[in-house]
This record gives sequence, C-alpha cells and structure tokens, in this order.
Amino acid sequence: MAAKVDYKVIVGLEIHVHLAAKTKMFCGCELAYGGTPNSRTCPVCIGMPGSLPVMNKHAYECAVLTAMALNCSIARFTKWDRKSYYYPDLPKNYQISQYDLPLSENGFIEIPLEDGSIKRVGIIRAHLEEDAGKNNHELGSFSAIDLNRAGAPLLEIVTAPDMNHPAEVRQMAQELQRIVRYLGVSEGDMQKGHMRFEPNVNLHIYKDGQTYKTPICEIKNLNSFRAIERSVAYEIQRQLEEFLETGKTMQMGNKRTYGWDDVNQMTVLQREKEEAHDYRYFPEPDLVPVEMDDVWFEQIRSRLGELPLQKQKRFVTDYGLSDYDAAVVTGDKATADYFDAVVKAGAEPKRACNLITQIGQKLANQSNTSVDQLDISPQNLAKLAQMADKGLISATAAASIYAKMPGTDTNPEDIAKAENLIQTSDTGAIEALVNEVLAENAEAVQDIITNSKKAQKAQGFLTGQVIKKSKGKANPKVVTELLAKRLSELAPKE
Amino acid sequence: MSNQINRQQVERVAHLSRLDLTDQELDLFSGQLSSIVEYIQKLNELDTKNVEPLAHSLPVHNVFRPDTPRASLPTEQALANAPDRVDDFYKVPQILDDNSGA
Ligand SMILES: [Zn+2]
Repeated sequence: MAAKVDYKVIVGLEIHVHLAAKTKMFCGCELAYGGTPNSRTCPVCIGMPGSLPVMNKHAYECAVLTAMALNCSIARFTKWDRKSYYYPDLPKNYQISQYDLPLSENGFIEIPLEDGSIKRVGIIRAHLEEDAGKNNHELGSFSAIDLNRAGAPLLEIVTAPDMNHPAEVRQMAQELQRIVRYLGVSEGDMQKGHMRFEPNVNLHIYKDGQTYKTPICEIKNLNSFRAIERSVAYEIQRQLEEFLETGKTMQMGNKRTYGWDDVNQMTVLQREKEEAHDYRYFPEPDLVPVEMDDVWFEQIRSRLGELPLQKQKRFVTDYGLSDYDAAVVTGDKATADYFDAVVKAGAEPKRACNLITQIGQKLANQSNTSVDQLDISPQNLAKLAQMADKGLISATAAASIYAKMPGTDTNPEDIAKAENLIQTSDTGAIEALVNEVLAENAEAVQDIITNSKKAQKAQGFLTGQVIKKSKGKANPKVVTELLAKRLSELAPKE
Repeated sequence: MSNQINRQQVERVAHLSRLDLTDQELDLFSGQLSSIVEYIQKLNELDTKNVEPLAHSLPVHNVFRPDTPRASLPTEQALANAPDRVDDFYKVPQILDDNSGA
C-alpha cells in the first residue's frame, strides 16, 4: 500500500441533539436519564389509538434558538410530517419529523482550528423530530424495549460536506457542544447520548488525470470526541486501501454503514447496501403548523447572547489574551462570564485568566463546583490580581490567598496581612539583606564579578538567598534590581 | 375494474407495513385501493395551478403546551397490553439495531 496518491477527504455530519426540556416533545412525560424502564410513558408516546400529540413550546424555542446560533434562516411557517418505518422502538410505526418545510435551513458554523484560523462549515438544515426508544439486546435471544426516551425532543442538524480532516470533524463537534451549552438548550453530554454524531466520509482520489470518488460510508456508535476523530482517520485509510485494491467507486445505492469499535479502534461494516428506505412521508394530520411572527422571532433572538466564538475573539482583540488562553477561559459560559466580570472589575486580563484557569479551576474541582460558584466576588478576585500585578504578593502567595477566599467576603489584602504574605518593596530593608548575602557568599560574588562560567547560576543563587532571608516577602523584582546594582559597583573598573 | 393499483404495489406496501397478506387479500385490496384512487382522481379535473398546497385541514396554528411534567402511566399499566414482556421491558423478537431511531 505504499502507492502515493493525491486525495481529498470529504466529510459531512448528521447530528442529533437532545434538547434540554423537562418534558417530551408531544406529551407531558418527564425527560430524565436512567430510571425504571417504561416508567415515563403515556398513551401519546406509546402510540395508543385516540391519543393526540401537543407541541412543547419550550422545546420548539430551543430548536429555533440553536438554528439562529447556527446562522440559519428561520422558517416563518413550518409543519410536521410522518416518517414511516417499522421498528419496535417506534411504537406509532412512524416518527413525527419535518420533511419539506423544516424550521430552519442554510446556515453555517464557525470552528476555531488549532492553528488559530477559523473554518466555516455549512449547515444544510436543522429540524425538530422525536426520538425513538432504546433497544436492549443483552438480555437473551430477543430484544427488550424501553420507551422512556421515545418522544424526546431531538434536533437533527445536517452539515454540508465541508470538513476535510479528522481533527476538523472533532473540532466541529466540540464547537457545537460549546454552543448548545452556552445557549442552555442541551447538556451536550456525548456519553449520555445527548449528542450523536454520524460522519459521512468519502475520498476524492486524483489518479492519472482523473477524479475517483470512493463510496460514502456513514459511521455510527461514536460516544466521544476522540472516537469521532479516530474513526474518521481510520475510515480514510481504509477507503484509500480499498480503492487501491479494488478500484470501487461511488454509485447509487452503495453507501455503507460502519460502526465504530472502540475496543479495537476500528470501523466495522454494519450494512453492505443501504436498504432503499421508503419512508412514505406525509403531513401529520394530528399537529397543526407553526407560524412565527416578528414579535416571537425577536423574543427568541434576544436570548442568543454572545456566542462562545464571539466571546473568544473579543477576549483576544479587546483583552489581548492569546488564542490558547481565550479558548480555555471560554470553554464554558459560567467561567467566561466570571472572567469577564473580574476583568471589568479592574484586573489585568492575562493575570485574571491565569488565576482563574490555573488556581481557581483547581479549587473548584476540589469542592466539585465551578469557578464562578466558589463564592468569591469578581471585585475581590480583581483586587487579588492587582496585588499580584503590583508585586505586593508573590505568585505562590496569590495562590494561597485565593484558596482562603471562597465563602468569605474578606478583602484579599486583609488575608495577605493576616497571613503575613505582603511582599516588601522597601528598598532600604532589602538593600540591607542584599549586603548581608553578599558578605556571606564571597565565592559566588567572585564568580559574578570575574564573569566566570558560573556567573549566571551564582546570580540566581544570590537572589534566592535574599528572598529566603526575607522569609519570602521581598519582592523578587526589587531584589534583582538591587543585587545587580550592588554587584556592578563591586566589579573591577576598567 | 380499472388497474390503478396492481398486486405488486399492494405486496410492496404490505411488506413495508410488515403485513402478511393472502392471495385473496391481495386481489381484494388491489381492487379496493384501485377504486379509491380512481375516485380521488376526480380532483384532477380541477385547475389547482394557483392553489397553495394545504399543510393542514384546520385553519389553526401554534397549538402549544407549556413544558410542565404530567404524571406518566404506571409501568404495569404501560405494559398491560404488550404481547410479551421481560422485567420492565417490552419483549420483542430480536431485531438488528441500526440505531435508526432518528
Ligand atoms: Zn408520554
């Protein structure tokens, strides 16, 4: 397989996002994870004759809000359709979905790539539908059905085939997760099935002046971001090798379905030939259409807020954070907003970012909460950042003061004083210490003024000695300055 | 009898609906469905060039409910009509799960 061929990777995604409503899409059954099988069903979601579905307004608005964040055009008139198929996890024998008039289409998502550039991926459409139940095959030579999930509101998002690298597919998935969490429309937990990603992968192979397209493969069973990236990378290699061996190209009806085997880190063929589905869509007579006027549209749009990538960009341009820091601090909305408040309360952004992401995050993890929930006012944290900036406290002292702040409304300066952590910048006092250290370490001084190989090391040693003598309270910057000044006085004149 | 719907079409629709029809039933239903389709085709006599397709027969829209939980059926009652069960699950012949749930 050493043959070198040029090729382009083409990936589109079909995504299903569970919307964070309290109840199902068309009935009042509660949505919850786990619990006794078949304990959250009713005549509507188990398809009893004579029952009628009624739309969940909150779920509908969550769907529209997400579509807005994905820059889609929002339909002012949509309707529901029945998609027929026969599966025991779909008790009505049809799924309520949207066919020809989806609630949104033609959008795009912007993804920050690792090199700092932005990639735009088209969104073909996003529509609402209901989820099916869960099939369990592990109990014996039969299938066991739990319909607690049947009827859960599901947003289906179909992207354009705009991704060209396994990492881009993973980053697209991560950015979508960040967006739905910012909007509060989904918990976005892949492990719990809140988001399901199904990449459609194929290659355009350039050989002998011609372009060959390999058969499209859809990958299922992906339950982590890592699995998304690895499965696409695996599938690229597999398709390339298959093409070089068989020359097989894309034809009508030769789309295949592969499942990701996480244990063996490979894709496994599930279905050779895409069964020609005949969904026999037709308008759902039990549900009336949805019409959206300007008032309602604006009401929903006002909930958009600043999206994660906008925030990230603003923190780079306005606050001067690096791309990396800005990405870390905007990972979740609560942290980003807290950081923003601390900066607005007067902290230098880089300092605030380091304090929050390095120390605050650790404290939050220890008490199983988030940085904004540590009960430290942005004003107090900004004061701490300013103290560190002015050299009133060392970095180590800042960390231990931060750790004492949660739950108290104590000014960090008072904590610093009480703990005896204020650094001294009193030049007179420090100069005395410098002189003491110089007198006690003649050898090191000699190394420096003769500019020997050990000069640099010796200088660092002396600085350390002065700080040690001050019991960690001497401002290192002042120490370095005074030390350099005294040493230059001691150096032999030319 | 006209031949709007032939036996093959009825067989296909029956298969999609997982229905097992006898030869007599195939004949009976293709005849019945043919006359229904024929009857509906009367509508073709109308000029509908300037008529919008109807999304719903009622002049009503935006019927919503608030996102408030209501009591569900007790598990026993939900499973009461099931042909078979195992623990708290519906028990069905083994299916090949393609996770097509959506
Ligand atoms: Zn229900």
